[in-house]
Amino acid sequence: MPNSEGTRSMRSIFLNGILGENPTFRLVLGTCPTLAVTTAAINGVGMGLAATFVLVMSNIVISLLRNFIPDNVRIPAFIVVICTFVTIVQMLLQAFLPALYDALGLFIPLIVVNCIILARAESFASKNPVLASAMDGLGMGLGFTLSITLIAIVREVIGAGSIFGVQILPESYQPMLLMIMPAGGFITFGLLLGIINTIVLRHTARKERQA
Amino acid sequence: MNVTDFTSMLLFMVNCVLCNNYIFSRFYGCCPFLGVSSKVETALGMGMAVTFVMGMASLFTYFVYHLLLAPLGLAYLQTIAFIAVIAGLVQFVEMFMKKSMAALYGALGIYLPLITTNCAVLAVTLLNITEEYNLLESVLNGVFGALGFTLAIVLMAGVRERLETSDIPEGFKGFPITLITAGLMSVAFMGFSGLVG
Repeated sequence: MPNSEGTRSMRSIFLNGILGENPTFRLVLGTCPTLAVTTAAINGVGMGLAATFVLVMSNIVISLLRNFIPDNVRIPAFIVVICTFVTIVQMLLQAFLPALYDALGLFIPLIVVNCIILARAESFASKNPVLASAMDGLGMGLGFTLSITLIAIVREVIGAGSIFGVQILPESYQPMLLMIMPAGGFITFGLLLGIINTIVLRHTARKERQA
Repeated sequence: MNVTDFTSMLLFMVNCVLCNNYIFSRFYGCCPFLGVSSKVETALGMGMAVTFVMGMASLFTYFVYHLLLAPLGLAYLQTIAFIAVIAGLVQFVEMFMKKSMAALYGALGIYLPLITTNCAVLAVTLLNITEEYNLLESVLNGVFGALGFTLAIVLMAGVRERLETSDIPEGFKGFPITLITAGLMSVAFMGFSGLVG
């Protein structure tokens, strides 16, 4: 049945972004915002959702235009499309969520040069139909959001003793300030990435042994 | 911080390179920092290319913003205008390198066009506007910020050349150990904070 085949592949495209090709932990793309905004969990969610919106919209538009954009000017064309949506997000955040806008600062316009978005435009949206591209954008965006929120939670708990600004560790806990400083970003991301790599390696080794 | 005389200019440069290092304290340009830092030679080449592009981009975007966008009330178009300037410059550097530095061109490979999407370059041009730097400060910020980037990426490449031969747990090879190393280097760079008032 072509119909159920279609929905199954949509689901696998969606899950691919969250698990198989998670942009942060598997492809290691978009490291700048990953390291910079993850000092507090709420910033991670905000950044992730802003990037997801840009990713979905730019994937849709680029997929629609994929037969009209000449091959040798495709990168500038993609950047113009991405830039348009980033400017929209920037204006919306500035108008409706000024606190988040201030917290993310320069990293909102820098979504333009987030490698995840350009990479998906280049490797997926420019070759696939609209619906699949939108799904890919959504999966990748949510994969990115989940990953940076995870990093941000770890850093916020150890560095400030709270999650989403709510104190969870007892008052007597002395926050380890290093974790919310730049150095803590590198170290947390490195450790989490190493742990996830180890799990994946173990998993594939076990599968090979079974086969 | 404003540049008024020679001393303040010197402090401004030191501040760009060491105290507010683009990689270690602001996280701009982490992708090439992680991607092109496996050999000292390529790292140095990348750093030079970025320094040139960043200096020129600071100069050009200053005029684009103050002579074109601001008077016409089009400041909201700054991101798109700046990225266009940067993309043009990168194209120019690429053509120049292809002709006169073929070996370096081969080594930098895919990363050269990616300077366009190096967020450090776009970040520096946007920072010049938000910090309200004048022309001299903008260019200094671009050039010395990029030199700080070069310092970081070359140091990292030196460490990584050694790491190749060390015994690292399987799962931590590649990016994870590089990130942890970068974290430790960032701690070292924290020692420079407060050097310039």
